Amino acid sequence: MSTKFFTTAAAMAAVGIVGFADAASARDQIRVVGSSTVYPFTTAVAEQIGKTGGIKTPVVESTGTGGGFKLFCAGVGVGHPDITNASRAMRKSEFDDCTKNGVTDVVEVKVGIDGLTIAQSKAGPALKLTLEQAFLALAEQVPDKDGKLVANPYKNWSDIDPSLPNVKIEVLGPPPTSGTRDAFHELIMEPGAEKIPALAALKKSDRKAFDGAWKSIRKDGAYVEAGENDNVIVQKLEANRNAFGIFGYSFLEENAAKLRGVPLNGVAPEYDAIAAGKYAGARPLFIYVKKQHVGVIPGLDKFVGEYVSSKAMSKDGYLALKGLISLPPAEAKTISANATAMKALTASDVK
Amino acid sequence: MTDLTAGTATPPIRRRVDITSPEAQAAIRRRYRAEARFKAYGLLAILTAAVFLTVLLVDVGTKAFPAFTTHSLQLDVAIPNDLVAPEQKNDPVAIRTADYLPVMRDTLRTAIPGVQGRGPERTLIRLISTGAADDIRERIVANPALIGTTIKAPLLLSDDADLYFKGAGTPIVVRPSRGVATPSDTSGSITITAPGNDFSENLVSVKLVMAERANALLADAERTSRSTAPNAAERAAELRKEATELAARANDRTAAETLDSRLPSLLVGINGGLVKISQLAADRIEGDVLLPLSSTNESQAGNWRILTYTTPESSRKITDLEVALLERFKANAQVERSFNWRFFTSGDSREPELAGIRGAIVGTALTLIVTLILCLPIGVAAAIYLEEFAPKNRFTDLIEVNINNLAAVPSIVFGLLGLAMFLNFFGLPRSAPLVGGLVLALLVLPTIIIASRAALKAVPPSIKEAALGVGASHQQAVFHHVLPLAMPGIMTGTIIGMAHALGETAPLLMIGMVAFIVDVPGGITDAATVLPVQIYLWSDLPELAFQAKTAGAIVVLLVFLFVMNGTAIWLRKRFERRW
Repeated sequence: MSTKFFTTAAAMAAVGIVGFADAASARDQIRVVGSSTVYPFTTAVAEQIGKTGGIKTPVVESTGTGGGFKLFCAGVGVGHPDITNASRAMRKSEFDDCTKNGVTDVVEVKVGIDGLTIAQSKAGPALKLTLEQAFLALAEQVPDKDGKLVANPYKNWSDIDPSLPNVKIEVLGPPPTSGTRDAFHELIMEPGAEKIPALAALKKSDRKAFDGAWKSIRKDGAYVEAGENDNVIVQKLEANRNAFGIFGYSFLEENAAKLRGVPLNGVAPEYDAIAAGKYAGARPLFIYVKKQHVGVIPGLDKFVGEYVSSKAMSKDGYLALKGLISLPPAEAKTISANATAMKALTASDVK
Repeated sequence: MTDLTAGTATPPIRRRVDITSPEAQAAIRRRYRAEARFKAYGLLAILTAAVFLTVLLVDVGTKAFPAFTTHSLQLDVAIPNDLVAPEQKNDPVAIRTADYLPVMRDTLRTAIPGVQGRGPERTLIRLISTGAADDIRERIVANPALIGTTIKAPLLLSDDADLYFKGAGTPIVVRPSRGVATPSDTSGSITITAPGNDFSENLVSVKLVMAERANALLADAERTSRSTAPNAAERAAELRKEATELAARANDRTAAETLDSRLPSLLVGINGGLVKISQLAADRIEGDVLLPLSSTNESQAGNWRILTYTTPESSRKITDLEVALLERFKANAQVERSFNWRFFTSGDSREPELAGIRGAIVGTALTLIVTLILCLPIGVAAAIYLEEFAPKNRFTDLIEVNINNLAAVPSIVFGLLGLAMFLNFFGLPRSAPLVGGLVLALLVLPTIIIASRAALKAVPPSIKEAALGVGASHQQAVFHHVLPLAMPGIMTGTIIGMAHALGETAPLLMIGMVAFIVDVPGGITDAATVLPVQIYLWSDLPELAFQAKTAGAIVVLLVFLFVMNGTAIWLRKRFERRW
């Protein structure tokens, strides 16, 4: 028995040493972490650079935006990722965290736009919403006739406005941990709440109560948390023609045969409308690059260059084929120039 | 007893239950019924489970089926002499880095002549996969003599084109013609006149759709007028006006109509070309040429056809031009369906048609090897010590309780532990099978210890006592006699523990194995992913073709699990001893 213990201990020690030696040596592969929304696009760029750029294909992890920033800002050196994907801009707290850990030169690259869409089965009754109606349908508390906040009384869409179809309100969407859910609150619920006079007044008098109103979603079954996987929501919409789903534009585009986008404020979620900024549910996507790793990790600048090249990022680029909505050409040009020059963020750039 | 005491004055001790009494009979029947009910419940439970399992397997199986086949174009590929500079003809590096895009483009242009303009040419080149050139490149690297020759090679189709042939396209209805038709030109926007009123039926169906739309608009207007929104009345009026106009056009049976992408696409196949109708009247159409015509000669009745792509263009992923091109390839017998070897031989990719599970399979194997190497010796040794040598006291009791607790800890906790210990403290590389194996070893160690102890306990004490009796030491008795007999049970426990590890994703998220990794890992410190993670990642991608890939990977994972569990059963059957 003792021999067995010795062998095992020796084996463990050996593996440990091998691991140590490997981690200590330089890394020759770019490591990316972050948002699962940006993941489909960053992976496409990674594969492309691996095929044509003469470097090892970067490893792209899907950790979520918040988790990505945490890993990214943990420090400088081969043990820490070089890039993080984000479906929202970096927050002040995250920037401070980065600075505290020595990650002082961070380059922000806006890579494109994602459309946050509400969709339904083509077989269901067509719905057109204003942001205000969307808020009234999904907020946990809505103002009553006197402007007082009460529990959401609306059961059917037609209860909100007679012009809407007379079917039960049933919306499938992401859970609170998802970045898509944050975007839904910020892009649709907040502007929707501002449109309602009683809440607009509340915003002036009691900011906190107002924020509470648009940040909470009803829990009485009208909003169903369907998990992080957008394909699951798509399948549920196919099965239930009266239900509505919230997910990214690329899923709507891919399932155009069965699904229809719900127009918001009269604008349907279509490529051109989102690209032109007319559609309410448009949000920018970012990658953040650790400038201090440029020159240390081979190919990092090449990777960023590939990402902002017109071959990838333009309207005809391969990222557009993957469902990313490209930026207006003028903006893309500035971003491309800043990214190539590796212009780092300053404290005044983040909020 | 009752007989003996019958008739005496004092009542005897009566049997409390008279089995012949009606109540007793009823009780017996109740007991039988209860038993029958219980059996029925049991059968029902098993049947329900069987139904669920069958539904799952059939569902996964049918969804996975498309992942195992792939479509490609069998075309003659001319490899130009100037692919590489003449002096580099035997230089593999030069051949590898040469630009194959022009080769592909020329091949497709030759296959379907007359596709002109930047847009249509891009459509044509996008029908084939971005990886189509890889196979040809490999062939030329292997045999540089092919430069300057023409080879027959399969060009892999892109995922959407592949799905089209797997049934995700549109039904096509072909109607022969009755009259003569004359096209005005061979390319661009043209007019076709057909005095025989060949298009009247199509016009009628378009008018019907328009009438339906007018009704829908009216209903919309009706609902809007009830709205409380400030400008509802105006909007309703607008909608009503639109509806009236539409209805008027629908009622005018002769007026020409413009087709849009929400209507089924109508096309005319004439003089070897294909024209997409944009404006339709009973006796003439205007349209755009998708595939060029050979001449402007008039075509006799029966020689030209009207095609309907029943699914409207806006309701499918693939455009009319793409359908036309693919149908042309199919008509030329250039489309080939074959087994998708690539699914098993390549790593992950963002292009569904190129993505494979080899990286995940190798990653899984490496991870499980690390797990097995660590947890089998440690687990068995711990079990032997605890079962055979450890003194029974509070301390060993505590250890025992904690091992049982450990077996019930959620797996994500092990991931966090792995992150804190192996990555942050020991500085092991992220995403590596080494760390994955270590974490999974922690996860399955309690299972193996518990199973091994049970197996050791099951060996009759007489075996050990006999060994001790003839003078063997305690260690000899255990290692020479008890352990070999317990081995089948230990093996079974280990394999089931490993199968458990095979299905885990949660602890791997923390240590960075939930990642897009293209290169197939070559060792335990390379970045790698495992099968369940691959399934999870693919299931979350928007491309429809990845749904089949997801199901395909599930099938492979299930096969792995069946094989492992089958081995466990076989081992038990083969080596088990009963006393």
